[in-house]
Amino acid sequence: MPQVISPARPRRTTELVLLLLALGIGLGAHLLSAIGMDREVTAEYWIQTGVLAIMALLFHLVLRLKARYADPYILPIAVTLNGLGIAMIHRLDLESGDNAADRQLLWTVVAMGAALVVLWFLRDHRLLRRRTYLFLIAAGLLLVLPLIPGLGMEINGARIWINLGVGSFQPGEVAKIMLAIFFAGYLSANRDLILLAGKKVGPVTFPRFRDMAPLVIAWIISMGVLVFQRDLGSAILFFGLFMAMIYLATSRVSWIILGLALVGVGGLIAINTISHVGLRVSAWLNAFDPEVYNRTGGSFQIVQGLFGLASGGLLGTGLGEGRPDIVAYANSDMIVASFGEELGFVGLAAIIMLLLLLVTRMMRAALGTRDTFGKLLAAGLAFTMALQCFVVIGGVTMVIPLTGLTTPFMAAGGSSLLANWIVVALVLLVSQAARRPVVVGPMVNASGTGSGHQDRSEPTSLPAPTTPGGER
Amino acid sequence: MSELAVAALRLGLLLVLWILIISIVSSQGRDLMVGRRNKVRPQAAAAPAARPASSTAAPVAEAPGQATPGGGQQAAPRPLPRQLEVTEGPLSGQVIDLHGEPLMLGRAQEADLVLDDDYVSGRHARLFPQGSRWFLEDLGSTNGTYVGGSQLARTVAVDPGTPIRIGKTVLVLRP
Repeated sequence: MPQVISPARPRRTTELVLLLLALGIGLGAHLLSAIGMDREVTAEYWIQTGVLAIMALLFHLVLRLKARYADPYILPIAVTLNGLGIAMIHRLDLESGDNAADRQLLWTVVAMGAALVVLWFLRDHRLLRRRTYLFLIAAGLLLVLPLIPGLGMEINGARIWINLGVGSFQPGEVAKIMLAIFFAGYLSANRDLILLAGKKVGPVTFPRFRDMAPLVIAWIISMGVLVFQRDLGSAILFFGLFMAMIYLATSRVSWIILGLALVGVGGLIAINTISHVGLRVSAWLNAFDPEVYNRTGGSFQIVQGLFGLASGGLLGTGLGEGRPDIVAYANSDMIVASFGEELGFVGLAAIIMLLLLLVTRMMRAALGTRDTFGKLLAAGLAFTMALQCFVVIGGVTMVIPLTGLTTPFMAAGGSSLLANWIVVALVLLVSQAARRPVVVGPMVNASGTGSGHQDRSEPTSLPAPTTPGGER
Repeated sequence: MSELAVAALRLGLLLVLWILIISIVSSQGRDLMVGRRNKVRPQAAAAPAARPASSTAAPVAEAPGQATPGGGQQAAPRPLPRQLEVTEGPLSGQVIDLHGEPLMLGRAQEADLVLDDDYVSGRHARLFPQGSRWFLEDLGSTNGTYVGGSQLARTVAVDPGTPIRIGKTVLVLRP
């Protein structure tokens, strides 16, 4: 990977200005939806925007204190998307009589709080590398949780939720981050072994089995669990994460070709054997067929989403003036269609642009940091987010079959919010390591014994008595 | 509120969204240009040939390994250096044969060259071949790795004769 030195400038004020703009967009969207629906602007509107603003400014403050050199664009982008999401969910609540916006707000506070805890206590992302296998075990446990009877919940044929008593939680979202940490840790330590040791057959070098075994086991566990849970979206995400990390670590295109071949074979088998997947594909291919449109689990949702996007046109109907609520799951799976209808092509393009900028900033952190673990972690997380956006937005716009994944930061759903904010915290830590100035000063004694008597400016080979001691 | 005002506000929201995007893109400026530095390098590398032997004195802007005297950049591909000699530190005088395979340097027992030194991190640096040159990458060490007097901030090519300093140890590549 190319390595680039960033100028060491904190740029926290840039972040503050952009953050205020982001909060302004959230507030504006919220108030416009009230005007569009001819409703009184109640205290609820101000409270929801106010709570988001307080959390965002607190986040900014913690960055000033703990990670001064972290990337200044990631936080404003995430806050913009989160604020727009809350505004849209609240607007849809008023049609359906639900209170999803309050839950979303609560989860936003929890998620940003968790991200702040990560930023405050972790300090350096490299500490995660010491517990590589612990993260694999934790990810495995989290993935198995929904299969435990009594704890797991089945919604719409997928068993990926657990019942927390107060609400449901999707452990797979957090497991995704832990697997990314494991892959990054394992690959950064064993990259050379995988690349160089092994049998050579023709032009391709096959890695030894024992070097690949932990990865293959991690992959089989996650895939097996997802097959049992019938969660197609997460399966795509985990597979993509796995392929991307291997490619990033080894830069061998053969892995990608192998991976795509496996996707093709696995996909064909899944379409023909798992009814759930077969229905999704036929709803994608024959969406406008009346029979497919009318059957349960058919293409009603996608087609209504497309009609919504079409009625939005270039500039949209305006917030609160469309009918995005006709679509099933308008505030979670289909929130992209809701925005497309009410903000139009111009607004949806802006949202996709913001997601793209977020991914490029995460990739930039990966390019800038000096350690392999940080590079792999940030790039892997960035790729996962990009893939997730593609799967969701591609599904809604009928580029690919629709699968149940959430639009990062926008869709209603606490676990996804929590996971994405933790991803933000981790990437901010990596970007802090990438952008902070290289410390040039007296050497730090790495192990602690006999510390502090060596000055860097002295020739290191000279015997100890000539160096002035105890100055630091 | 009049319909016109609402329409204006609606367009205003879209405008502000794009203003946010444009201000992000314009304020990140040259920060995203990853390829530029790489393109400049061949021209910059040709210049030091005029002022040889200044590489170890001051940390120059370009990669230290490329500022070595001689300016052999345009010469025919040289063979990959085969030996690594320890010139200073506890292991001084030792010569390690390189077999064209990556080498991990550090205090950890699994390192290929174990440097028993408190100033060296467990996994300190990695030396790996690419084409006809060796490249050195710092693995996020506490005290840094120095090539020709300046600290590594990214992977650089190391030429034979350029001192590599890790803690108290100084290493030199030999052809």
